Amino acid sequence: MIRLTDIYKIYSDGDSEIRALDGISLHVEKGEFVAIVGSSGSGKSTCMNIIGCLDVPTSGTYQLDGIDVSTMHEKELAHVRNQRLGFVFQQYNLIPKLNVIENVELPLLYRGVPSAERRKMALEALDRVGIADRAKKLPTQLSGGQQQRVSIARALAGQPPVILADEPTGALDSKTGREVLEFMKQLHREGNTIVLITHDNSIAEEIPRVVRIHDGIITSDTRKEAEA
Amino acid sequence: MNLQQSFRLALKSLGASKLRSFLTMLGIIIGVAAVIIIVSLMSSLTNYVISTFEDMGANLITVSISGRGGNRSVSPEEMQELALDNPDIIGYISPSLSVPATAKVGNTNVTLQATGVNEYYDEIKQQTLQAGRSLFFTDINERSKNCVIGTYLVKELFDGQNPLEQTLSVNGVAFTVVGVLEETANSSSFGSDNALLIPYTTAKQIGRGNISTYSVSAATKDTIDAANDLLERFLLGKFDSDDYFTLIDQAAIIEELNKLIGMMTTMLVGIAAVSLLVGGIGVMNIMLVSVTERTREIGIRKSLGATPWDILGQFLVEACVTSGIGGIIGIGLGIGGASIAANLIGIPFTLSVPSILVAFSVSAAIGIGFGYFPARKASRLNPIDALRYE
Repeated sequence: MIRLTDIYKIYSDGDSEIRALDGISLHVEKGEFVAIVGSSGSGKSTCMNIIGCLDVPTSGTYQLDGIDVSTMHEKELAHVRNQRLGFVFQQYNLIPKLNVIENVELPLLYRGVPSAERRKMALEALDRVGIADRAKKLPTQLSGGQQQRVSIARALAGQPPVILADEPTGALDSKTGREVLEFMKQLHREGNTIVLITHDNSIAEEIPRVVRIHDGIITSDTRKEAEA
Repeated sequence: MNLQQSFRLALKSLGASKLRSFLTMLGIIIGVAAVIIIVSLMSSLTNYVISTFEDMGANLITVSISGRGGNRSVSPEEMQELALDNPDIIGYISPSLSVPATAKVGNTNVTLQATGVNEYYDEIKQQTLQAGRSLFFTDINERSKNCVIGTYLVKELFDGQNPLEQTLSVNGVAFTVVGVLEETANSSSFGSDNALLIPYTTAKQIGRGNISTYSVSAATKDTIDAANDLLERFLLGKFDSDDYFTLIDQAAIIEELNKLIGMMTTMLVGIAAVSLLVGGIGVMNIMLVSVTERTREIGIRKSLGATPWDILGQFLVEACVTSGIGGIIGIGLGIGGASIAANLIGIPFTLSVPSILVAFSVSAAIGIGFGYFPARKASRLNPIDALRYE
């Protein structure tokens, strides 16, 4: 599903250069739940940006769902993000002036799904995260946990092959964070491929496969077969 | 994302900050309204002035003779002969001898220019009478003391009473009123209602002057040029040089006026266009602020799969909707304002349709033109940076 091969991301700032990713190879199969763990500055965010097609590597190849995206232009990357990826962000990143269902519809809107079908798919996604009754509310009228559910619904709405979660529990209190994590696990059991980025080891412990990044290289890659 | 959705989105985001959207539109509204008011008023004015001149006789040619030390001149009889010899070209010719006069009835007097004319003068000036008769050939021939007056004099000297067969003294000479000209200008002292027409033969005696001005009407509108040429040849034959006479035809005056009004219109529209430009810069300014404010939103949209084109379109449509709505309101205000102003000035209102089309296209173009730069800026934002923007 995700195949990173010898990925380098080098930022050069005049004389000095920063190797944010210093040769990373990673292979994620369909249906896996992977946590990418690292401290701040480890390169995990850069890694996430590249997996999320928000950025392109300086060198190396990246195949997502069988297609090579490492040399794509911005417009093509936009289509890949739209059709193959669902994002869940730490800050939820809902658009405040759109109501819940309009937010969930956004990726479908950019995909060109007709209005009636869009509404139906969005409602189904909201139903899955259990807040279909809040569809007409504005994001600011919801609690943090509910907002994160909306953003998960948004990621699910287009049924993308990969869900990418960037510190999804980072802005939540431990109880709601727990709920969100349980929900992600449930999505995994339902067969979704999930990549979760975190710096929190206690979260990482609950995830079947943990990839640790430090100084731009993968230092360990462990699987807990029992839970899979 | 289709156009209809873009429009709904644009309306939504304009509705989200109503005061700001309104202030942005205000620049466009004022600019468009100013252009329409100015162009419509100027074209109303032009139409009014031209129709007034046409009322005065569109076929009219005025001949002014400055003479040649007085030793050679043109007699009214010679001029009359010219008219009779060229009936296809010249309609009528009348002397037009201005005499400063004091007209007096009882103790009331009015100072004005009496005009010495012949029996064709009414015809040339296309004036009709509302009472009595015009001056006849016999009046001219016998140097009678009859006169035709305008309604201003009826109002001033006769208190609006019937002046026919009443006596009026002009510079101390008693005249009998035989006719009253139709009112054309509200009986005001400006214009053709302030008139006192007397036989030119009589006028020569009172004023002791030479006849230096003739009013000539061309046979039809199409023979104005021919009549001009004929008069010029005739007078050149008399005076050897065109320094001694001037021919002014009404068409030329209208043309000059048109040119003058056209220049004024251009200038005023230029000024109004500056306000449109300022309005456009206002749109650009707000759109730039809006792009900065919504950097994060742009990042979110991009992460969800919006292409640069989607983002560009969103902001362009928003700018166009802003200036389009402003343009429509401006057109409404402009038409209303121009018709009210025309009413206040007292001229018939003529709507200038091209000015509306131009004003609207300009406001739409402003939307595209001034919206493009901010929109492009938005579309080029890097999604990672945009997402991190606080």
